[in-house]
Amino acid sequence: MSHVPHCHDFQAGAKKALDDEHLQALLERTLKDGFQKKRVQGMSRLPEYDQLRDAARDLKDHVLEHLDVYLERFEAEVIKAGGHVHWARDAQDAREIILNICRSVDAKTVSKGKSMIAEEIALNDHLEANAIVPIETDLGEYIVQLRHELPSHIIAPAFHISKEQVADTFRENHTHLDPERDLSEPTTLLTEARGELRDKFLQADVGITGANILVAETGTAMIVTNEGNGDLTQNLPPVHIAITSIEKVVPTLDDATLILRLLARTATGQEQSVYNTFFTGPKRPGDLDGPEQFHVVLLDNGRSELLGSEFRDILRCIRCGACINHCPVYGVTSGHAYGWVYPGPMGSVLTPHFVGIEEAHLLPSASTFCGRCEEVCPVRIPLPDLLRKWRVRAFNVGKPGGLAGLALRVWAVLARRPRLYQRVMNLAVGALKMLAGDKGALTSLPGAGGWTKTRDLPAPQGGTFQARYKRGER
Amino acid sequence: MSARSEIFARLKATLDTVQDAGVRAAQVDQRIADGAPDLIPLRGRAHGPARTVLFVTEAESAQADVCSLARLDEVPSVVKDILARANCGALKAAPHKTLQAMNWDGVDVAYGRGEGADQVGLSVAYAGIAETGTLVMASGPNSPTTVNFLPDIHIVVVSEDDIAANYEEVWARLSRDVKPGGTKLPRTVNWITGPSRTADIEQTLLLGAHGPRKLVILLIDGEHT
Repeated sequence: MSHVPHCHDFQAGAKKALDDEHLQALLERTLKDGFQKKRVQGMSRLPEYDQLRDAARDLKDHVLEHLDVYLERFEAEVIKAGGHVHWARDAQDAREIILNICRSVDAKTVSKGKSMIAEEIALNDHLEANAIVPIETDLGEYIVQLRHELPSHIIAPAFHISKEQVADTFRENHTHLDPERDLSEPTTLLTEARGELRDKFLQADVGITGANILVAETGTAMIVTNEGNGDLTQNLPPVHIAITSIEKVVPTLDDATLILRLLARTATGQEQSVYNTFFTGPKRPGDLDGPEQFHVVLLDNGRSELLGSEFRDILRCIRCGACINHCPVYGVTSGHAYGWVYPGPMGSVLTPHFVGIEEAHLLPSASTFCGRCEEVCPVRIPLPDLLRKWRVRAFNVGKPGGLAGLALRVWAVLARRPRLYQRVMNLAVGALKMLAGDKGALTSLPGAGGWTKTRDLPAPQGGTFQARYKRGER
Repeated sequence: MSARSEIFARLKATLDTVQDAGVRAAQVDQRIADGAPDLIPLRGRAHGPARTVLFVTEAESAQADVCSLARLDEVPSVVKDILARANCGALKAAPHKTLQAMNWDGVDVAYGRGEGADQVGLSVAYAGIAETGTLVMASGPNSPTTVNFLPDIHIVVVSEDDIAANYEEVWARLSRDVKPGGTKLPRTVNWITGPSRTADIEQTLLLGAHGPRKLVILLIDGEHT
């Protein structure tokens, strides 16, 4: 596992992914047949979905315009409830704060709920280097950790790993179990992981989770999971640390509710995630369980600079993964090609900020600018526009990885792989049709504002040339 | 300069140029006092019997088992059936007065927090939410959170009178329960919608990842329906 960015290798990573037939099949199944269909089903069950998206965008903008005040209110309420708030300028600050808390209770093992912020600060490497064993408890993260990989997707970290590979990984790591045991089915794999992790939950000295939302009114932090691992992590050990970033705060519990009406529905099409857990301070007098100590670590890591920049809108992101699930580039390259923690469109906007545009200059061009990411974003982040702004910056530092460079190279790769070419084109045609709706024409298209300012762009009719040729339309 | 001061200095450097700090603070106080705009979807506005039906439908579509009972005193016999089918002799129950008042003859019942080896747990919900078939569990001396997560089978008693139409109603109820000068929420509030699950292995949906494999809701008829 390495957190050293290798975004400049995007092309090599993309080529490797394109040549991996097995990965291509998993991508197709996970994204197109999985997340994309489920999102449409989820949306269709909530007629007010679009109205809630507008409201969520406005809510996030309001928070960003008052971010300092909301953070002060949140901090005061956490302290009132008996918790501790720690401020981290950057990844190193955050790692040291967490290490010090762990050391103060002489922690040997730490159970961890899924947290992208923990990935952003490379927390596991730091704990391991200091003789503290971090144990990922989300099933996908656990598999990825055992294989010394990085997550390939922010909400489906191990989708790129086949069940046979998971079985091999478990055999290599769970060496106290019968080597001849049957691990052919996902359900036996899950049962084994559940058994292995149950003891670790109970033995952990510290539990570390992320926080999807912070509530200023009550000093509450909350997490969203389907497995229940985050709850065991925050309930069983004597110390709970929630590590999160400063833009996650909202005014009230009802505002958190608005985001939660959108998050699961957009991510997985679920009406609601199985466990939405709101925690306020440590264990109370008379409580039979819960942590004695509750800490919140609030990470800036450049977000306060993003706030004053042309990239501010990315701070609205609620990490649902929809832009990733609908990106035709991610759909063939998968997550590792992006070379750092956050993949896909949201990642290509965030990563240059964290690792520098010199390192990440190819990412803003890892896009067909089809606009699908913006279309599906539950908080309406203008992702193509933000990517374009990064392209300008890449050009300004003498790294024009732009259309002329990367797009042609991607084209070259695709042109030599007819089946992939068809898949990418099908996706693009489908996306344009979807955007055009009943009208059959687009009045605006991210990336083609010069064209659509004065005229509509007709949406492609009847599929790709190849598809129509095959159907005998000659 | 401390990390906190540095972060706030950077935030203020941007925000002060747009709006005076005092005005911003007043706007925040006003927004928190006024609360969020009313954005409750139509599905979250059901009332009467329709609300109960929606709760059951949504809970079942999230793979929870719902069992409607006319009276509270029917709970032990249903729990005994579940224990027998799970081939389990012991019940871990939340030390809730409603449960403690029940007749548990023939059941090895222990009241307390959840333990790693618990097979069947029983607790009482603070509320239900019809909109998505969600249970709301509020932690406290009579409702340890670990009972909600450690057992293989989690049985939850909820009264029809406690089924709210939407999440906002439950937040309002919780805030009315606040004692003056006390904390604004129980330490933990869980929304639970169906049993634990994962799709992390090849997107195959499997129940019972780390939390309960099975969630059984015992819905007790209301007094006013």
